[in-house]
Amino acid sequence: MNGYFSSYLTVAVLLAIGLAVVSGALLVNRLLRPHRPTPEKLLTYECGVDPVGEGWAQSQVRYYVFTYLYVVFAVDAVFLFPWATIFAAPGFGVATLVEMFVFLAFIALGILYAWRKRVLTWT
Amino acid sequence: MVSEVLDIAVRLVVIVVVFLALPLVVGQMEHKAMAHMQSRLGPMYAGRFHGWAQLIADGVKFVQKEDVIPAAADRRVFALAPAVALVPYLVVLVVIPVGPGLFGVDLDAGLFFVLAVMGVGVLGAIMAGWASANKYSMLGGMRAAAQLVSYELPLVLAASSVAMAAGTLSLNGIVEQWRWWWLPWQAIGGVVFFVAGLAELRRPPFDMPIAESEIIMGPMTEYTGLRFALFMLAEYAGIVVLSALTTVLFLGGWHGPLLPGPVWTLLKVLALAFVVIWVRVSYPRLREDQLQKLAWVGLVPLALLQLALTGVVKLAL
Repeated sequence: MNGYFSSYLTVAVLLAIGLAVVSGALLVNRLLRPHRPTPEKLLTYECGVDPVGEGWAQSQVRYYVFTYLYVVFAVDAVFLFPWATIFAAPGFGVATLVEMFVFLAFIALGILYAWRKRVLTWT
Repeated sequence: MVSEVLDIAVRLVVIVVVFLALPLVVGQMEHKAMAHMQSRLGPMYAGRFHGWAQLIADGVKFVQKEDVIPAAADRRVFALAPAVALVPYLVVLVVIPVGPGLFGVDLDAGLFFVLAVMGVGVLGAIMAGWASANKYSMLGGMRAAAQLVSYELPLVLAASSVAMAAGTLSLNGIVEQWRWWWLPWQAIGGVVFFVAGLAELRRPPFDMPIAESEIIMGPMTEYTGLRFALFMLAEYAGIVVLSALTTVLFLGGWHGPLLPGPVWTLLKVLALAFVVIWVRVSYPRLREDQLQKLAWVGLVPLALLQLALTGVVKLAL
């Protein structure tokens, strides 16, 4: 077994331990707790009055613009990581730095565009 | 081979113990620090000495509580959400170095791994918000999602600035490379990372998604008993993870005079956790639009500035 996969095996084992801790706690909870459901108890909470309509009611989601912005920038940002580890290595130097400023300019321009389009102001 | 397995087993056991104990320490610290900042005493009875056992008593109470799942809820997602919120913070701890050679595993892509797994934690809140079939939860879940997408970018940019400075993504490697003058050099990135992390944890003043006085704990409105307690534990585990990451990336981890490395790490983590509590007591909640604006107009440009600074200084050296 080589080092790369065995280190992720440790991560997987820890994930399994985490799941075991949570399900163990819920199992203990199951053994100790009372279980007396009534229709009133299972009603959706809405400040004490009977719920109006259903919880999955349609509403205007104003945040979708931020999701677009995020997808654009986060995909860019992912490329920063492999670049970050080698940009100062011998043989790269100034050219990579200039490239970084081009990259930063792209992101800054994107935000400027969104800002000018008044995406960031609440209507 | 046997000693290797034993070695890893010991490390994992230590991680699980830390994961279960430190959030309680931070929780108790919050009880007491908040109380004294507000001229009260906080818990004083459980365990006799200044209420030290209050959270253990809470745990004993939670574990005996009835588990109510609303009839309208999406049962399976509802039941799964607390685990999705909690377990990622445990998994993140595996790569955090507390001293020279003291870590679960040293992943080559450690920093990337941490950011990816931390993002999963927020999914728990979104799942809970959706599955509850409750209007408040729905609003809260949607706000949590908006907060995640807005603050993930400054978080990632600030973290990559450290990766540039160190020339590696391994957290252990980053701390080994760290020198004291990184403190002023990476200061902007450190503040951006910490603030964006706070927002990702939905801690006050960024607690719009759970705002208990207007949308009644948002995604957690319908949760009772142990599942609610798991969400609470996730919140405090999140504080521990964020403080530990800020320590490792920006405050030099185990570096420090006189005291042994792990003690320094612990001191820095607890100091940052105290700052998290302090901020909660000091600032009012940001409105949703102010919150979005802070991310896009404030933190992202600052993070970009830090990236430029890091690049220029690194090449000038």
